[in-house]
Amino acid sequence: MKFRLSALIPLLIFSFIGLALAIGLRNDPRAMPSTMIDRDMPAFTLQAVSDDLPLLQHSDLLGKISLLNVFGSWCTACLHEHPTLMRLSRQNRIAIYGVDWRDTPSAGANWLRVNGNPYAAVGLDSQSHLAIDLGVTGAPETYLIDPKGRIRFKQIGPITEQVWRDTIEPMVRLLEAEQ
Amino acid sequence: MAAEVGNIALIIALLLALIQIVAPLVGAGLSNLRLMHLSGFTAIGQLLFITIAFLALSVAFIGSDFSVALVARHSHSLKPLLYKISGVWGNHEGSMLLWVLILSLYGAMVPIFGRALPIRLKSLALSIQGMIGAGFLGFILFTSNPFLRLFPIPLDGNGLNPLLQDPGLAFHPPFLYLGYVGFSMAFSFSVAALIDGKVDALWAKWLRPWVLAAWSFLTIGIALGSVWAYYELGWGGWWFWDPVENASLLPWLAGTALLHSTLVVERRYALVNWTVLLGILTFSLSLIGTFLVRSGVITSVHAFASDPERGVYILGMLLVLSGGALLLYALRSSKLRIGNGFEVLSRESGLAINNILLVCATAVVFLGTFYPLLVDIFSNDKISVGPPFFNLYFGYIMGALIIFMGIAPMLKWRHDSAKRMIRPVLLLVGATLFVAILVSLFGKSVLGGLGIGLAFWLFGGTLMNWAAKVRLGRISFTRSVALARTLPAGIYGFVLAHIGLAVCVVGVTGMGLWSSEQILMMQPGQQTRLGGYAIQLDQVTHETGKNYSAEIANFTLLKKDKTAAQLRSERRFYPVRGMQTTEAGIHVRPGHNLYVAVGEGAPDRGWAVRIYYHPFVSWIWLGALLMALGGFVALADRRLRLPSAQRNTGLANKAVSSPVSGAAT
Amino acid sequence: MKQVWAAILIWLAISVTSALAVTPAEQLRDPALEARARVISKGLRCVVCQNQSIDDSNASLAADMRVLVRQRILAGDTNTQVTQYMVDRYGNFVLLRPPVKRNTYALWFGPLGFIGFGALIFWLTARRRKNPKIAPAGTENPDEKQRIDELLEQYRK
Repeated sequence: MKFRLSALIPLLIFSFIGLALAIGLRNDPRAMPSTMIDRDMPAFTLQAVSDDLPLLQHSDLLGKISLLNVFGSWCTACLHEHPTLMRLSRQNRIAIYGVDWRDTPSAGANWLRVNGNPYAAVGLDSQSHLAIDLGVTGAPETYLIDPKGRIRFKQIGPITEQVWRDTIEPMVRLLEAEQ
Repeated sequence: MAAEVGNIALIIALLLALIQIVAPLVGAGLSNLRLMHLSGFTAIGQLLFITIAFLALSVAFIGSDFSVALVARHSHSLKPLLYKISGVWGNHEGSMLLWVLILSLYGAMVPIFGRALPIRLKSLALSIQGMIGAGFLGFILFTSNPFLRLFPIPLDGNGLNPLLQDPGLAFHPPFLYLGYVGFSMAFSFSVAALIDGKVDALWAKWLRPWVLAAWSFLTIGIALGSVWAYYELGWGGWWFWDPVENASLLPWLAGTALLHSTLVVERRYALVNWTVLLGILTFSLSLIGTFLVRSGVITSVHAFASDPERGVYILGMLLVLSGGALLLYALRSSKLRIGNGFEVLSRESGLAINNILLVCATAVVFLGTFYPLLVDIFSNDKISVGPPFFNLYFGYIMGALIIFMGIAPMLKWRHDSAKRMIRPVLLLVGATLFVAILVSLFGKSVLGGLGIGLAFWLFGGTLMNWAAKVRLGRISFTRSVALARTLPAGIYGFVLAHIGLAVCVVGVTGMGLWSSEQILMMQPGQQTRLGGYAIQLDQVTHETGKNYSAEIANFTLLKKDKTAAQLRSERRFYPVRGMQTTEAGIHVRPGHNLYVAVGEGAPDRGWAVRIYYHPFVSWIWLGALLMALGGFVALADRRLRLPSAQRNTGLANKAVSSPVSGAAT
Repeated sequence: MKQVWAAILIWLAISVTSALAVTPAEQLRDPALEARARVISKGLRCVVCQNQSIDDSNASLAADMRVLVRQRILAGDTNTQVTQYMVDRYGNFVLLRPPVKRNTYALWFGPLGFIGFGALIFWLTARRRKNPKIAPAGTENPDEKQRIDELLEQYRK
């Protein structure tokens, strides 16, 4: 039987593409490798969301393990993770701070009043200054910060109970063990 | 009720498809004519039952039956009727149903129009068509069933994404699918030819109309999408190199190559193996495109709600269908009769170069589209590949292609003499240089001269070719006219399509190099100038549409102090989805468009207004339309008719299966 | 799982739609600086909207990035510095024109390879076709076509 080796080339190329697509399926295209991992939390000044809510300062993020959560009253996916954040806050599991991104003080304050406030302190970033410094691409995003004020992990998308259990809590444990 | 009928119809269609896979294979093995003929009936049956399913879903959408989950998620009782209908395919599940409907439509054409085909080839191809059908019907039934019920029944639906509520976009998917699903015919018949071990002129003659039709539909589909992006996205872009756009461009480019290579097989029985491979490749790219849009592997603005589970299924199908076809190619392509030879200077050779360049362009777009994924997988980095990359390489390759397109069609089949070509080429080069220099000087842009020069080169070359065919100037004018009337339709198809590309190049060049814009705050009564027009904002009003509320800015366009047009641009707010869209006001002239889009504003500070002057932009779509028209005109070519019906598999098949050759055109 | 995807889509949808691309309020007074800002913006990807530059994008984050680009320009940054500022925060992902480096060699030089490969195939084919021993010059023969046409004609009747 005649057989031409060159006739195999298309199949080989296709196999490679098929393999790449198969691996690609397991990749989340929205997962961005953050350039901020293991870098210091950038300096920032935020506006107050409301007079009766403590304003988030850079110093808040030092000396303990904390979560910095980027949210907004316009963000529907944030409602998805809110119960988890509320539970963590009630149980004092970890200090949670909020960045109310691209919002107005009144809308942000109202949102926290209606849905509950899990944050130890909140700041308003109406023009994305901090958001861009952090490389935020959408809300919600959450940063895990170690006691030295370095960013150790970034969660893109809502923190559901599952995400907390499988991804973030183990990392918190690791950080706690480092102490 | 309708939902259950639809569901059952889909299941029956799937069963028919399964029969259609098996019967021809067994029939061909046993040389059982009856089994082989069965495939024709199942193909028509599939069309029937999928049509029933599609109508059932349409009934649910038009009647706003919110007990069907899909309708609740994507429709709304207040939506205009047109969008209730287009809503059927404005979502993942419904669009897959449209996909298989069109697939079954093409499948049913095989027994209806393919009576002259040898039964073995025909039924084997239907078996492959059945595999594709069964794959996608299974996909719909198991992962994306459009007929799932919802309980409790909601009072009203979620509405259709307002960006999709547009007449242009309503017809974009049907054309697109008529295009890239149409290439399934090329795929099925290529694979069937490999199983059968035989390719002949009849095969190419049969395939060419389907490739032509699919290609023309795809051209229209892509153009509609581009027009939509132009007026709906609010800033006048017409092509983004977005992964989803690329997904439709890839089969178009490969299909364009296929269109030309089937011509070579039909007329000269050359490039045979290559054409079979290209047939497999083109539809595989359609499949990859479907995978890309629906799996979420690569993110895109246009992507449907993606689900990894669906991705796994489509990838599996891709591996079985394309992988299987390519394996078959590796094993069996050497069985095919080797194609005829040709000289370096010949029509065949020109078409081979055309194919190489088009496949290179396909490869470049493919590389750019998938490279971010590769980087993501193989390194710890994430990159974007944007327009700068595509424009660079795609531009060069298309430039080279156009240079060949200007002269290669003048070459004779088999072999030609360089001496004969010198005169017309020199004439064309001279005229092109003249035009290019003139445009460079007046347009103050060397690139502009290059772009318009290329367009002229293609236009001139194509016309010269036609003139030579009617022997213009060699014989009396009246005899030339008489000759022009008798030219085969295929030649007019070629002339239209190639001139269409030239027209398109003018548009792209004009838009890329000479467009200008103004962005400013305007108060009612205020005027500004752009592109020879004075543009005045008259007033801003509010209006409530059927399912939206709008802020409408009215403009007057003045040219030489005379009113040239009244334009309105809207900002619409769709409360059901909480979304805002911009409707641009566009003053369309043959040589340019003036494009006005209103942004945020308030009576005290005025309104943000963006005004663009877009020279020749309509030529881009006019060109695409001419290309598609060319494809349809070529369909009328009598040379593509199959010899009339013959049922026996005896002598007649033997006669046509030897390569038909001779001096064509 | 499906719910999460739906949520993410809504999240994207909302962040994508708001104002128009470049608004008058953002623009710099100095036309030369503004022109620079436009050039830089056209090369930066809107990170929430995929393959669109921030210059073309309606997304609010893109608007904030445009403002930031202009602030950096006013602060005296060169074009490269402004671009680098964004790359520091968003990585190479933010560049629409990926930099030529080790992991993009295949991207930037691949197309040249395609053309070269195509030319090679053409050359090999053309050479083979010329050699009558490997492939006969063909069986084309007008008489044969005529004969077939006649045969077909017969079967038509």
